[in-house]
Amino acid sequence: MLELKNISKKFDGKVILDNVNLTVQDGQILTIVGPSGAGKTTLLRCISGLASVDGGQFLLDGKPFDPATNRDNDSVIGVVFQDFQLFPNLTVLQNVTLAPTMVLKKNAQTVTTEARNLLQRLNLDGKADLYPYELSGGQKQRVAIVRALAMHPKLLCYDEPTSALDPDLRHEVEQIILNLKQEGMTQIVVTHDIPFAENIADQMLRVEPKQN
Amino acid sequence: MHYVSEILPSLISGTGMTLSIFFWTIIISIPLGILVGLGMMTRFKPLTWIINIYVWLMRGTPLLLQLIFVFYGLPIIGVVFPRYEAALFAFILNYTAYFAEIFRGGLQAIPAGQYESARVLRLTNWQTLRKIVIPQVVKIVLPSIGNEVINLVKDSSLVYVIGLGDLLRAGNVAMARDVTLLPMVLVAVIYLLLTAVCTLVLRRLEKHYSYWR
Repeated sequence: MLELKNISKKFDGKVILDNVNLTVQDGQILTIVGPSGAGKTTLLRCISGLASVDGGQFLLDGKPFDPATNRDNDSVIGVVFQDFQLFPNLTVLQNVTLAPTMVLKKNAQTVTTEARNLLQRLNLDGKADLYPYELSGGQKQRVAIVRALAMHPKLLCYDEPTSALDPDLRHEVEQIILNLKQEGMTQIVVTHDIPFAENIADQMLRVEPKQN
Repeated sequence: MHYVSEILPSLISGTGMTLSIFFWTIIISIPLGILVGLGMMTRFKPLTWIINIYVWLMRGTPLLLQLIFVFYGLPIIGVVFPRYEAALFAFILNYTAYFAEIFRGGLQAIPAGQYESARVLRLTNWQTLRKIVIPQVVKIVLPSIGNEVINLVKDSSLVYVIGLGDLLRAGNVAMARDVTLLPMVLVAVIYLLLTAVCTLVLRRLEKHYSYWR
């Protein structure tokens, strides 16, 4: 369970997040919707530790934690970026196994077996030895999801998962997210695509641009 | 033909000097260039100022002048280098500055998203650098590094100014003694061969890195 209490964030004196409070229950999906510039992505960046907050508190499973310094524990927060940010110099399999071997110090063979299973489950069999440039947008996104899952995250965040995809792939992403939910994954999805958000959400948070 | 075989040994020994300056400069200034290039990217301002002044001096004055200053100028303040070491010192200082600028450009070409993606996967800075950033930078900078490498083959001829016997000087000596341009033609052929080898090696390297894009 993730709780945010009075989270605020400013950029150059401009308030982006103003006392945000929310709770995501384990295994549920929270969607964060709102117009461009409302701070959706900023909120996600704060939760994943890529941006610092100016006030407020995060609780993970009831314990306070600081996403910005969250390391060396098992509270991994996975992120699937809008433009995926796969590592172009590594194969699909290497993209997935790099962090589990180097960071979690897991046995290379175990990691590889697990990675291949995950790739298969997300319909990526036969792609393990390809490089990212050889994949379609949808495939790249699924690799990004597998890469995040291989770290066994407590929470998986998506930034605009439908924006870089063809409209007909939207349904596929919905399915992946809902399947992961069935397996108990807690997920936060930032999107401006309201119908998509409504299809997957247990809980929706609307953020509005601040007037100041 | 007889004349050619007569002067060839001295040209070859000059080539030895040219190659020795070339290899040592490459071997030392490329790693230094990476370090200085990284230094340019730090948020520690005093370091970036010092590096910027250094790069400005090295790129802003002729290498010939730098050679003269190192060999004839530094002894005034008590730093004496023998000829060969003076030449190497000047070349390494000069080429490190160019390589640093190239690496800085390469480092800046890596999208911030790559670092963020590595960060959320909890890779350390060093792991990110080694596994993700440097492999991508190497591929980006290879063509520019190649340019500098080819330049270095020819720039090494500047060492004549502090009395070192390189390939060009060997040709010059033979030309002045025998009053013929033929030694210089041979010198040109040898330089062409050296740069041709460099070009081939660089092409190979670029090809080697073409497995991803």
